[in-house]
Amino acid sequence: MTAAGARTRSVGRGAVTLLAAAAVYELVARSGVFAAALVPPLPTIAQTLWSMLLDGTMLNHAFYTVYRMVVGLGLAVVVGLPLGILMARFRAVEQFFLPLVSVLMPIPSLAWVPIFILWFGLGDTTTILVVFYAATFPMVLNAWTGVRSVNPLWLRAAGAMGAKGQDLFWKVIVPGASPFIITGVRQAFLRSFVAVVGAEIIAASAWGLGWVIFDAKEFLNADVMLASLAVIGVIGFAFERLVFGTLERATILRWGMVRAAKN
Amino acid sequence: MTDHVATANGRAPTPGTPASLWAGERLRAAARTAFPFLVVGGLWELVARLGIFPPRLFPPLEEVAATFVRLTAEGILPHHAVETVGRLLAGFVLAAVVGVVIGIAMGRSRRAEDIFLPLVSIGAPVPGLAYAPLFLLWFGLGNVGAILLVGFVSAFPVIINSWTGVKAVKEVWVRAAQSMGADDQRLFRKVILPGALPYILTGLRLGLAQAWRILVGVEMLAAVPWGLGWMIFGAREFLNTDVMLAGIVVIGAIGLALEKLVFQRLEQYTVVRWGMMTS
Repeated sequence: MTAAGARTRSVGRGAVTLLAAAAVYELVARSGVFAAALVPPLPTIAQTLWSMLLDGTMLNHAFYTVYRMVVGLGLAVVVGLPLGILMARFRAVEQFFLPLVSVLMPIPSLAWVPIFILWFGLGDTTTILVVFYAATFPMVLNAWTGVRSVNPLWLRAAGAMGAKGQDLFWKVIVPGASPFIITGVRQAFLRSFVAVVGAEIIAASAWGLGWVIFDAKEFLNADVMLASLAVIGVIGFAFERLVFGTLERATILRWGMVRAAKN
Repeated sequence: MTDHVATANGRAPTPGTPASLWAGERLRAAARTAFPFLVVGGLWELVARLGIFPPRLFPPLEEVAATFVRLTAEGILPHHAVETVGRLLAGFVLAAVVGVVIGIAMGRSRRAEDIFLPLVSIGAPVPGLAYAPLFLLWFGLGNVGAILLVGFVSAFPVIINSWTGVKAVKEVWVRAAQSMGADDQRLFRKVILPGALPYILTGLRLGLAQAWRILVGVEMLAAVPWGLGWMIFGAREFLNTDVMLAGIVVIGAIGLALEKLVFQRLEQYTVVRWGMMTS
């Protein structure tokens, strides 16, 4: 069998699996074993999703979630990236921050939510700070590791060719560390996605996909919950494939860094 | 986590160094590690004493320490911690067993791969806590919903890594074992399982970390009677910031212990010893 043939067959089987899973779900939903409010049939979920998309509420929720996540993630990159690079370049910075990072990192970001609520109130500030907390550590650690693992040969070669300070940093160190840095942004994104939904659920702030899921529980609106879950899945998928896939292709793949990094 | 801390305080002495020098070096390393905490603690104390924020919301450190000692002596903090760890283990064991079995099945059989891969790829990217309200609705508040959710969420990295691990076993090893007459069972036990183990262990490690990250949040939502997440969340109602901070200290300690005692040991005893991975 050719590779393409095997691939089509896999895709076909995957589709069959999903259809079968949907059919089983539909059967369970229709059988009336569980309350219809808890296990709504698929058409109901699709209808809810459609009407929420049409009247704009779903887009608004999604907008708030993405906004909080992007701001928190942006802050984490702005703080974490320079900090990680400084830790790798200066021993004193490393000795000061490394113990703090090692101790703070194992604390789940969601543990801070109740305290942040007390300090900053319900709403955007708390959610953004929780996202920031979750995303900073992968950023710092990857930037730190990345800069330290730049091939010393490249540094010496660039130095021998007369590169100094600025040039060495921007032309050698930053591109050399870029596979790690991009991995860091990716991990930071995954963490911040988990954090933003969790923080929205706990710090209930009137808008956001996490909030709408949790709010729907109060009214037993399982259709709203499942529709929001679908939107969350689509957002995660879009960021992962479109944003980070494009980013990787435009930077480290084009520079040929990924193969070099794997050696 | 492994090497960072090693660079911070474990500057290995050269073999010829006299013992007294070594002790001095270790003392200096300890002081270097303690220094940042003293600075941060000092800043905290300063801000708390200056009264910029109400002391109820920003208690001085000795108050947090006193609360910590009091709650520990009364047995409240240990009780919360034990329940949390128990829930973590229950959920994780569930995820480990189910995840490794599904992952290996996916790696070994084309059919299992075709069935599970689409489901896993759809379920994995959704943040764990987003499933929480659904699980609580379906399985009720309390332990059952919480443990099932933690197990469900942490199963994904275990499945994905076990699957990758089995697929990554070198074809040459399999063929060599077969030509030497290994039957299916021996092949699996002696070649495929050890070959896939570094990946499986990585998966278990990621799974446990994931379970830990979400568990605290789940405890806040699931209204379980005991548990650190619940304790922190409950303390918010009474503005007991000292109790919340004491809880976070315990959470940090458990997280650090998981990292240092469980993961690093596990790696040392298995894959590193077998030479599958350098430490």
